[in-house]
Amino acid sequence: MSHAVSAGHDERAAAVVATGVTRVFRDGAREVHALAAVDLRVAAGEFVSLIGPSGCGKSTLLRLIADLDTPTSGTLAVFGRSPREARLARDYGIAFQQAGLLPWRTVRANVELPLALAGVGRGGRRERADELLHLVGLTDFSDHHPDQLSGGMQQRVAIARALAESPSLLLMDEPFGALDEMTREHLQSQLLRIAAETKAAVVFVTHSIPEAAFLSDRVVVMSARPGRIRTAVPVSLDRAVAGAGPDAADELRNAPAFFEAVATVREALRGGHGDALGVDAP
Amino acid sequence: MRRVVAALLSLVAVASLWELYTLVGPDDGWSLGDTRLLPRTSDLAMPHTWDMVTRLFEPVSGGTGAQPLWLAVLRAGRLSFGIALAGWGIGVVVGALLAIAMQRVRIVESAVLPLVVLSQTVPLIALAPLVRSWGAQLELGSFEWEPWMSVAVIASYLAFFPVAVGMLRGIQSPDTIHVELMRSYGAGWWATLTRLRLPAAVPHLLPALRLAAANAVIGTVVAEVSTGLPGGLGRMILEFANFAASDPPKPWAPIFGGVLLGLVAAGLVALLGRSSRRFRRAEATA
Repeated sequence: MSHAVSAGHDERAAAVVATGVTRVFRDGAREVHALAAVDLRVAAGEFVSLIGPSGCGKSTLLRLIADLDTPTSGTLAVFGRSPREARLARDYGIAFQQAGLLPWRTVRANVELPLALAGVGRGGRRERADELLHLVGLTDFSDHHPDQLSGGMQQRVAIARALAESPSLLLMDEPFGALDEMTREHLQSQLLRIAAETKAAVVFVTHSIPEAAFLSDRVVVMSARPGRIRTAVPVSLDRAVAGAGPDAADELRNAPAFFEAVATVREALRGGHGDALGVDAP
Repeated sequence: MRRVVAALLSLVAVASLWELYTLVGPDDGWSLGDTRLLPRTSDLAMPHTWDMVTRLFEPVSGGTGAQPLWLAVLRAGRLSFGIALAGWGIGVVVGALLAIAMQRVRIVESAVLPLVVLSQTVPLIALAPLVRSWGAQLELGSFEWEPWMSVAVIASYLAFFPVAVGMLRGIQSPDTIHVELMRSYGAGWWATLTRLRLPAAVPHLLPALRLAAANAVIGTVVAEVSTGLPGGLGRMILEFANFAASDPPKPWAPIFGGVLLGLVAAGLVALLGRSSRRFRRAEATA
């Protein structure tokens, strides 16, 4: 999947197709255009980052795809279905900036929750939770409670939970935003490996240019007021090696293609208005 | 262990204060104009604590074969406890159902919550005869309304309030992120209630249950007095008050019984709290 840039001719149904999506929030008499006529297509298995200044509507777009909010106009399709149908069919897994683990459940029970709600039996839940905790490297912590884990570990549990039902689409809203740089880079490498293993499409909201460039097949750059897509920057890195270890990932972060992508994204963010506020410098 | 010692010490402190006042306080109390602010210190008004205790081990009355006072108090307490427990149970169920209804439908919350608050301003004494007469008119096949049920209903009237308010706060307490995660799992209202809202409500519910237990005990004793139900602590307080002049320590016995009842009730709720410890873990913070 690493080279599947804008796979417009993919045989499978696209993971996400947004057509003319607009979201207007009403605050009394004031209207806030969070999103204005956004068109976006995310192919199956593609890793797409949404980046832009605060208030550009990137989180809003993610919430619309997740059916946590409804567009004012325009249409959205998730694997050819409406977002509501996709949500009820559990087509996607989601993770936020906060891990959002239930404090009274153990790590294992947290990961099992979506499975229990989907009616998976006890044995099946156990087996799947074991797999997932192994995948995120937390097998030894399965009986701990969330308050006994570090922020990074909690976030890994949240990712395992999002992957519980093997979704073909992962929605992530700044999942590493609250973590320190070391943990962040470590989890980025792990996420790349997991995305490759599960062949899931990912829509990833972030503030960080290097993060977007490192992870994504395509970085979608948005502008604020009204929120719209300014441009999309394809990134070609050989990410297959990123999961091999920290050295391989570091090498990738030192590759000319990576710096080139970072520069292009930054340029795109500044382009037009020169007001790329709220974006982290690399 | 330390807490037990502290509790005993505070008991001794209260008794000492009592005795100290009877020793040094003015015989006729202390009045400001016609209002007496401090009580008389006579043995009639303030019997010695040791007299109250020894009185417990003497027979209730001069009659032959009369049981000791402490046993009579315990027996009355047992009846009152059973009624209070029933009242507490009814109050908890009604309060919880009200809270769930209020959480489920916004309109219900804005319509019912003021009524719930208003309900507690109606004096219990005014309510007791009403409940008793309604109960007496109730006929459901072979089911017969017994006087103690009126007392339990009145007790539940006091007990449901803290449960309704605490439970509502509790089931409204989950963060948006948790509610949205449940939504993303396609969980419906019921699944969200049982897996998220109810567990999250436990820390709010425990103090509410403790308040409800105390309220149920008070409600029971007061309702026993005002409906005239014989056999319980309420009636005993009323009867023994007649002995205030001839046998001053005696009226204190059922009051101690009431205190004991409250302690047992609070203890049972604390036990309930122990078994639900895992729901009170600090919220996970990143």
